[in-house]
Amino acid sequence: MAVKSIHGEYPSVFMDSVDRFHGNQLVYIGWDNHTSICTANAYPLPPDMPFGALTEAVLPSVCGPHPDFPLIEWSKVEWLLDGEAFTPDMGKSLKENGVGHKSLIRFKTPGLNGYKGTGN
Amino acid sequence: MAKKLNMRKRYELLTRGLGWEPTYQPKDKVFAQEAYEGIKITDWSKWEDPFRLTADAYWKYQAEKDKKLYAVMDSFAQNNAHLNLADASYVNALKLFIQGVSPLEYAAHRNFARLARQLSGEGAQIACQMQSIDELRHAQTQIHTISHYNKHFHGMHDPFHMFDRVWYLSVPKSYFDDASSAGPFEFITSVSFSFEYLLTNLLFVPFMSGAAYNGDMATVTFGFSAQSDESRHMTLGLEIIKFLLEQHEDNLPIVQGWIDKHFWRAYRLLGLVAMMQDYFLPESPMSWKEGWQIYFVENAGALFNDLGRYGLQMPKYHEIATAEADHISHQVFGIFYNYIHAAAFNLGLPSEAKMNWLSEKYPDTFDKYYRPRMEMWAQMEKEGKRFFNMGLPQLCQVCQIPMGFTEVAKDDPMQIAYRVSEYQGEKFHTCSDGCKTIFDHEPEKYVNAWLPVHQIFQGNCGGAAVPDVLNWYHFHPEDGGDYAGSADEARWKAMKGETAAEAPKTSQADAA
Amino acid sequence: MSEHKVFMIFQNTADAQPFISAFEQENPKATLDYQPGMVRIEGLGELGITQEVVSELAGREVNLQELHLTLISLSGNIDEDDDYFRITRH
Repeated sequence: MAVKSIHGEYPSVFMDSVDRFHGNQLVYIGWDNHTSICTANAYPLPPDMPFGALTEAVLPSVCGPHPDFPLIEWSKVEWLLDGEAFTPDMGKSLKENGVGHKSLIRFKTPGLNGYKGTGN
Repeated sequence: MAKKLNMRKRYELLTRGLGWEPTYQPKDKVFAQEAYEGIKITDWSKWEDPFRLTADAYWKYQAEKDKKLYAVMDSFAQNNAHLNLADASYVNALKLFIQGVSPLEYAAHRNFARLARQLSGEGAQIACQMQSIDELRHAQTQIHTISHYNKHFHGMHDPFHMFDRVWYLSVPKSYFDDASSAGPFEFITSVSFSFEYLLTNLLFVPFMSGAAYNGDMATVTFGFSAQSDESRHMTLGLEIIKFLLEQHEDNLPIVQGWIDKHFWRAYRLLGLVAMMQDYFLPESPMSWKEGWQIYFVENAGALFNDLGRYGLQMPKYHEIATAEADHISHQVFGIFYNYIHAAAFNLGLPSEAKMNWLSEKYPDTFDKYYRPRMEMWAQMEKEGKRFFNMGLPQLCQVCQIPMGFTEVAKDDPMQIAYRVSEYQGEKFHTCSDGCKTIFDHEPEKYVNAWLPVHQIFQGNCGGAAVPDVLNWYHFHPEDGGDYAGSADEARWKAMKGETAAEAPKTSQADAA
Repeated sequence: MSEHKVFMIFQNTADAQPFISAFEQENPKATLDYQPGMVRIEGLGELGITQEVVSELAGREVNLQELHLTLISLSGNIDEDDDYFRITRH
């Protein structure tokens, strides 16, 4: 049901439409079972950025300090893109991998389930 | 001699018969906001005034309460009574309060003035008018009370500027803006009923008993001074619900929908209070979980039992809120631990004693899920690698809290809860079924949300780097970071004669 | 008599004492629970006080609306006039 308004249609202003991000798109990336990193993080990223740059440059800045991070074997990581299992092509761009504006990427590192396996 | 009028008659003469039927403008033009929400009022004369205070009585008693309160504040200041605090780390509860709650009091003042104008029933106009003045009084007395602490500690120097900009303050701001941009009946259901009646004790009791247990007599006095106002507000909240439901059966589904929505939104906002209650108080009278049991599970249960005769039901997702009582304070603490370098207050890992208290209060969850992260973080701190989250969090489109809540209701408390909706080709993420339901019901409204993280990335918040943003927030470097090593800690030690005051090295400086 | 609880909570101060005592005196079945800084007066179905008794206890003519100065909270439907104040729950 639409929101009620007094005069005509309620104006929809999309405050986070992709054109507002100066050529970047928003991407959210979360590491499952590592809740001490409290949430998925939000990143403004160029759609043409190679997927591999996420693991090499982007994620280390936030997730790097976690004791599990240096132990990650990226070839064994399980990925979800917008809720669906997917295997990224590290060499191709975010866009080519199907990562769009406000896509959510989640990754699981089997065998690495947070501090002492507690999900932290 | 003329016969003296009794209270009822005096009240009737002073408050009724003033709302004449307009003749030179149509009534629905004079009261243009009353009909569009679909609420049907057939007879305003059925309104039962919750309190029969005439303006002269109101002024008299409010003035007397104010005089007493300001006398206590003067005495507090003269006696440097802040030195009686259990510990200066307590002051962070007040920083959260002045930044996140006092601006809501001011917003309530403005909105009840709007309602006093927009509602056509005289009894409702009087009640809203008085509440508008009460709320302004609350904003002012809070500012006065906390201004004493502003002289001695950091983070309280520009709360209204911060409220409109800072990432964690968009949580209370968006809650109130949601109600403020709704019609008068939704507003009063949201604020008077859901917040001021149903959930008020979950805001008030943690802060006021926290103050009492930690030597903050100024805030305790403010609390008592405000409480009789609050009892009038609570009574108004209950009266409005009963009135709307008695007026027309068509109002029931609308009111139920508003109660569902605003219960959930207010509950999410109270997550910040839960963190304060469990983690910010050196002496803790009660845990969030205990408070939820008394003030929601028992009290609200009895209330909705009572209101059941109108067809009203407990708010949607209340069972999830109850299940989350074991978790939310720890999860919200975790969020702020990650980002304290970008906040205008301090916090720190709980001491061993505090962790034992948390174990006792949360026997099913603290040791299993949350003590481990404290251990890990403590170890990292010891190694000089205190963990700060150097990115920005994903925020919920509706409650605007970083999406750190988990699938507690699905017995998977270490799995972040992710919900998503698509509207006109764009994705919108929410933290829970509660927030997703709210989004899906009125997407036009929430696509309009000013989400701090996204606004920073759009370049609208002072610059690209965190220090630029904090500057734009009017933060000072001393405002945030860990309590240990903070400017406030150094001042407190100096006040107590423990060490000479020296320039502190803040954790925020380390993180930058 | 209704099974539903009604309550009044007052600050535990000198100003509130005539009201607290009046509730105690005029509602023999009511319970009084003293907590830090406050008193909770609870009854079943109804609690009421009269201007006459409050004034007698205060030693002066009291306006019942003075209870606004020390009231913390209440639960129940209010019925009041110059000579009485009552809360009920049906």
